[in-house]
Amino acid sequence: MINLEPPKKAGALINQAYQAASQVLRPISRTYDRAEHAYPSELDMFAAVLDGLNSSGEGGAGAAGVRRSAESGAADGGNRNGGNLSTVLGTIEMCWGDVALLLSMPRQGLGNAAIASVANEEQLKRFGKTWAAMAITEPDCGSDSAAITTTAVEDGDSYVLNGEKIFVTSGQRADAVVVWATVDKSLGRAAIKSFVVEKGTPGFEVVRLEHKLGIRASDTAVLRFDNCRVPRENLLGSPEVKGFAGVMQTFDNTRPLVAAMAVGVARAALEETARILTEAGVVVDYDKPANTQHAAAASFLELEAAYEAAYLLTLESAWMADNRKPNSLQASMAKAKAGRSVVDITLKCVELAGAFGYTEESLLEKWARDSKILDIFEGTQQIQQLIVARRLLGKSSSELK
Amino acid sequence: MGVGLAALTKLAGSTMLDRAGLRRPMQNLLSSATRTGFRAAGAASRGFKSASRGGEATRPAAPGDKGLFDLTPTDEQRMIAETVADFAAEQLRPAAAEADAKLAPPDGLLGRAAELGVTQIGIPEELGGAGTERSVVTSALIAEALAHGDLGLAVAVLAPSAVSTALVLWGDGQQQGDYLPAFVGENVPAAAFALQEAKPLFDPFRPATRARRTPSGYQLDGVKSLVPRAAQAELFVVSAMLEGSGPALFLIESSTAGLTVAPEPAMGLRGAATGLVYLENVRVPAGALLGSPEVFADAVRLSRLGWAALATGTAKAVLDYVIPYVNERTAFGEPISHRQAVAFSVADIAIELEGMRLVTLRAAARAEQGKPYAREVALARKLATDKGMQIGSAGVQLLGGHGFTKEHPVERWYRDLRAIGIAEGMVLL
Repeated sequence: MINLEPPKKAGALINQAYQAASQVLRPISRTYDRAEHAYPSELDMFAAVLDGLNSSGEGGAGAAGVRRSAESGAADGGNRNGGNLSTVLGTIEMCWGDVALLLSMPRQGLGNAAIASVANEEQLKRFGKTWAAMAITEPDCGSDSAAITTTAVEDGDSYVLNGEKIFVTSGQRADAVVVWATVDKSLGRAAIKSFVVEKGTPGFEVVRLEHKLGIRASDTAVLRFDNCRVPRENLLGSPEVKGFAGVMQTFDNTRPLVAAMAVGVARAALEETARILTEAGVVVDYDKPANTQHAAAASFLELEAAYEAAYLLTLESAWMADNRKPNSLQASMAKAKAGRSVVDITLKCVELAGAFGYTEESLLEKWARDSKILDIFEGTQQIQQLIVARRLLGKSSSELK
Repeated sequence: MGVGLAALTKLAGSTMLDRAGLRRPMQNLLSSATRTGFRAAGAASRGFKSASRGGEATRPAAPGDKGLFDLTPTDEQRMIAETVADFAAEQLRPAAAEADAKLAPPDGLLGRAAELGVTQIGIPEELGGAGTERSVVTSALIAEALAHGDLGLAVAVLAPSAVSTALVLWGDGQQQGDYLPAFVGENVPAAAFALQEAKPLFDPFRPATRARRTPSGYQLDGVKSLVPRAAQAELFVVSAMLEGSGPALFLIESSTAGLTVAPEPAMGLRGAATGLVYLENVRVPAGALLGSPEVFADAVRLSRLGWAALATGTAKAVLDYVIPYVNERTAFGEPISHRQAVAFSVADIAIELEGMRLVTLRAAARAEQGKPYAREVALARKLATDKGMQIGSAGVQLLGGHGFTKEHPVERWYRDLRAIGIAEGMVLL
């Protein structure tokens, strides 16, 4: 039965996440935007609460990732609302609070999503409670992740890693980093594997932290691996060189999450703008034709429509994962729509709020800075369009470059 | 215009005009109507009045809500949507170009649609129809499937359902008893739900058409625009500003004195044979008022929802058409789909289409469950208007000069999709 409301049973989780976002994240949002690189210690206590939420098995409010385990069968006549949907819904609420702080949340890193997605049972047990960052991008390779140059050479019971990684979210604060490296450059993307490298491993060094446009509460690190030796059982998933799919599968699961982050930020900006417009005497009427309303109200309707599409695409991609339907296409659609919409929405909201929205008095300017990364990381807008186009047109990456 | 002329000849010879003192005003009207075409009396309407009197109105029950997010249609919905999709592919798409040129649906098409049960499905079993419970979602899926065939013809097919659905939702026992039996019979009457008026910045909540109370009922004056199959319609549901009250809906039979029609061909929706309906001193009985003042907003919203569903169907037709085209068309030695500028345009069509489809379905699901849905309809309409048109434009662009010719349907879809955002009324889910 077609119904696009968030599941009733997620109501409590959504409410908890909302309360946390409004009472914990919002009040410190501006503080840590100004104090870039300062550790938001308020999050420690909070992370423990999230752990509890996530251990409920129905997902929580962070990067719990996606796991298509055998037991996740349908609960209601073939329709399941599970951890993916809950995680996405929780993430939206938290990012309504502050997306940079959610990205800084201990044990909720994108590396955790990767571990949850591709780790075997033993690794899941071992790394389940580890705060893991994700290291893919290199100075000379961004979206073209198949071209990474960091190497992992098998040596006895270990792999030896060499290379440099940039743009690693929580790269300094996390307990471990999931590093993408090639085990054999001549074999191309099939040889790319992901390795869990724990903090303190000799040869693993945080070189520096970036100064950024937005999400300044989140540390973005440059990492160097210099003959860094990790146990062979830290290679996530299968060591066989058989396909890129293993590591890429992570994206099917993290893209809905990033889309959810975008939806949360967009909602924050829309709510604040609606409040400001109402104070200014502009009320949005859903029945009156947009062209007969105040131009600001008409603009708002357009933004809210984009938000709604992004929101539902995000829920769709998570729902498909819950129901074990292949969701690569929908995940990329959600990421593309949410990424570009959040940028449009937050920038337009600043404009609608005028000078007030542009100043640090308002969080609108911060959200407009934070939003841009959401159309970039975990696959840029253009990469999502490529994925969607290739899928629809039946084209390979060598045909449609 | 042939039909209009024949009716006009009949009317001109009628002594009724002289007796009613209508010849002069009618002549004046005719001279002023040449710009859009000849005006004629509305179609002769059948005797709608039922023998039985009174009785309680019957309303379909709202479906239960399982409280889970779900994008899977029920088995019944899937079967209905597939059947209608087949019908659209076999009956609408091949007939669309000619209907567009001739400004009329092909002979027999609407009868076959009625046989299929497109109208009956929205009428509860208790009233002789085939519906079990209120299903706005099913109606949205039907509209989407039909519009994948052709938007103009989909409107022609769905026009009677708009009137029967209005009767199901808001008719009193008498109105349902009088009119609904015809809609569940073999010969479903042409009928039209007329909210539209040809006025810039038209607001359906402020129609210029006026309704005045008279001792015996109401008198209506005004002009309705883009009325589907206006010349054939036997029954109209018309919006008018009721003095001292607000916008309201009225049932008017086509043969009512003072009601005339004229063709009003437009940029698109031409298969729907759109026309003007003139109301001049049209007197209707007290029982012609349909629903309470509160239902008017629902009438506007459920109609807009219909247009959003139609837009998703036609937008999908664009997507399905351009994919093989850009894969087969070569330039510079390879398929043009190997170029990002082309491929990304296709990707954007798909992304925006999926978004607007989900927003439309959410609005439909909320409406059928009795939840507030004004916001969701407004957002679905906004997306259907903006993104629907963007998709229509991209469809032509991707085919280049070929898309601009009538060799391909994309130019028709471009014209049809411009109706989204303008259209009020005509369809109702």
